[in-house]
Amino acid sequence: MFAIETNNLRKEFGDNVAVRGLTLQVQQGEVFGFLGPNGAGKTTSIKMLLGLVSPTSGGAQLLGQPLGNRQARAKIGFLPEHFRFHDWLTAAEFLKLHGELYGMNNDRLRIRIPELLDLVGLTPFKDKQLRTFSKGMLQRIGLAQALLNDPALVFLDEPTSGLDPVGRRLVRDIIRDLRSRGTTVFLNSHLLSEVEITCDRVAFIKHGEVIRVSELKTLVEGETSVIVRAGGLTPETATGLRQWGRDVRADGDYVTLTITDDSALPAIARYLVAQGADVYAITPQRLSLEELFIQIVGTDGGL
Amino acid sequence: MAVFVIARLTFIEASRRKILLAALLLGIAFLILYGIGFYYINRETLPNDTGAGATLIKNQVYNFLTMAGLYAVNFLTIAMGALVSADTLAGEIGSGTIQAVVTKPVRRVEVVLGKWLGFAGLLALYLLMMVGGVMGIVYAIARYQAPNLLIGAPIIYLEGLLIMSLTLASSSTFSTLATGGIVFGLYGLAFIGGFVEQIGAVLKNGTAVNIGIISSLIMPSEALLRRASYEMTSPLVQSLGFNSGPLIVVSVPSPAMVVYGGLYLAVMVALAIRQFNRRDL
Repeated sequence: MFAIETNNLRKEFGDNVAVRGLTLQVQQGEVFGFLGPNGAGKTTSIKMLLGLVSPTSGGAQLLGQPLGNRQARAKIGFLPEHFRFHDWLTAAEFLKLHGELYGMNNDRLRIRIPELLDLVGLTPFKDKQLRTFSKGMLQRIGLAQALLNDPALVFLDEPTSGLDPVGRRLVRDIIRDLRSRGTTVFLNSHLLSEVEITCDRVAFIKHGEVIRVSELKTLVEGETSVIVRAGGLTPETATGLRQWGRDVRADGDYVTLTITDDSALPAIARYLVAQGADVYAITPQRLSLEELFIQIVGTDGGL
Repeated sequence: MAVFVIARLTFIEASRRKILLAALLLGIAFLILYGIGFYYINRETLPNDTGAGATLIKNQVYNFLTMAGLYAVNFLTIAMGALVSADTLAGEIGSGTIQAVVTKPVRRVEVVLGKWLGFAGLLALYLLMMVGGVMGIVYAIARYQAPNLLIGAPIIYLEGLLIMSLTLASSSTFSTLATGGIVFGLYGLAFIGGFVEQIGAVLKNGTAVNIGIISSLIMPSEALLRRASYEMTSPLVQSLGFNSGPLIVVSVPSPAMVVYGGLYLAVMVALAIRQFNRRDL
């Protein structure tokens, strides 16, 4: 069983096709990144999966149940993108409300609410009304809300927008923790560096269609450019690096070359030391997800 | 279960956003003003003897003042019913607050019914305070009691619920501002239709009466108020053949209008649920 399986999910708003035909499978327990330019239909896709928007055609299953099934929804957590909550509630009351909507009983909530407040670092603010919260604090309480029911599947729509670096690290840690517990995470984020760190697989969306699904590892692996910084390099030593890669260029204390396999890195280090060079750094330059994104989606931003 | 969670939330919202406090304070201000007015009219302008003529005049004045008080209470109640519910669905859809709620394992119908129940509770409390206040003041000062309170007050409550349900139905489809326009537009139509009907009845003009009846079918609020007012008019005044309250009730809406009002309300609630169920959020 897949955590999410969609089959040609389509949504039209009048003449405007927001999602042309979304077909994808998300494995249970993986962290799945959903990438695409603005207006590619990402938010509409998530809204269809969560039953907020009804698809024009096509179908989908969440946790093995058809869209809108309430048993499935009891096991799903959701942090909306433009999250707005009832801001006249205090943080603790807010979590209690959403816990009750999940059908959780008071005994369980008495344990769960302090746990979550602690997890997102809002325990000192539990009796403050949400209207007094900063954007980052609201994002944190929203995240806590999405985890109340120990969900099997969590949708996070731009979870790190509005967060400072500390908050972003917190979100990353939470996602990592969720994965270690076998929770499936569906992550929609513009922050590609976040996606790069946290996701197992990513789907690229353009014009409401999946144009590529790939494991992040195989996406960013392949050829790697390496920068070596070492003192006492002789031209012969630099030339000798050709046995591990091509395009070797020496410039003072720096040598760049392109390798095809990461196992070359320790061999290069041993070689340089054996040649009497003082090695300060060997830095692989990965092709960033951002460059990949632009390669795959194109620079027109999908317009 | 979720119905009651949402209903309670509606109460908390009314209290946190100071709606309850404002309604309470203004309600008390209204009752104080009414009480002072009633006290001085009773003490300084009415005859003090217990003769038949004096009793008749007093009965008429007490009836008039009670009806005037209830008329104002009625207006405040329906205004409150419309104002608290106008923004609830449209506003929460607009702001996106609703998204985290309806993605929980709750049915959308539970969200609508929960809100309805919460508002119905608020209106009941408000009406209880205001009708109880007016009736209590009148009784304390003049020992006058309007008849059929247990029929009239529930009809006023029904009218408040009807306006609130209409507002909720509109709010599930249109924006808050459009909802305000629709609800008060319909209320105005019923109001004018009511006058046309009464004048038609006095002048024995069948067309005018029919216009009034049709407007009552489009929007039964005013007809319900007239029925409630008729029920609570002093029998002595009624036996004189006219109602001296601020409403001229010559053409009395039949009890069938109350049943129609109930059906109208049910249709509005069903419409609110249907629209909200279908809507992309």
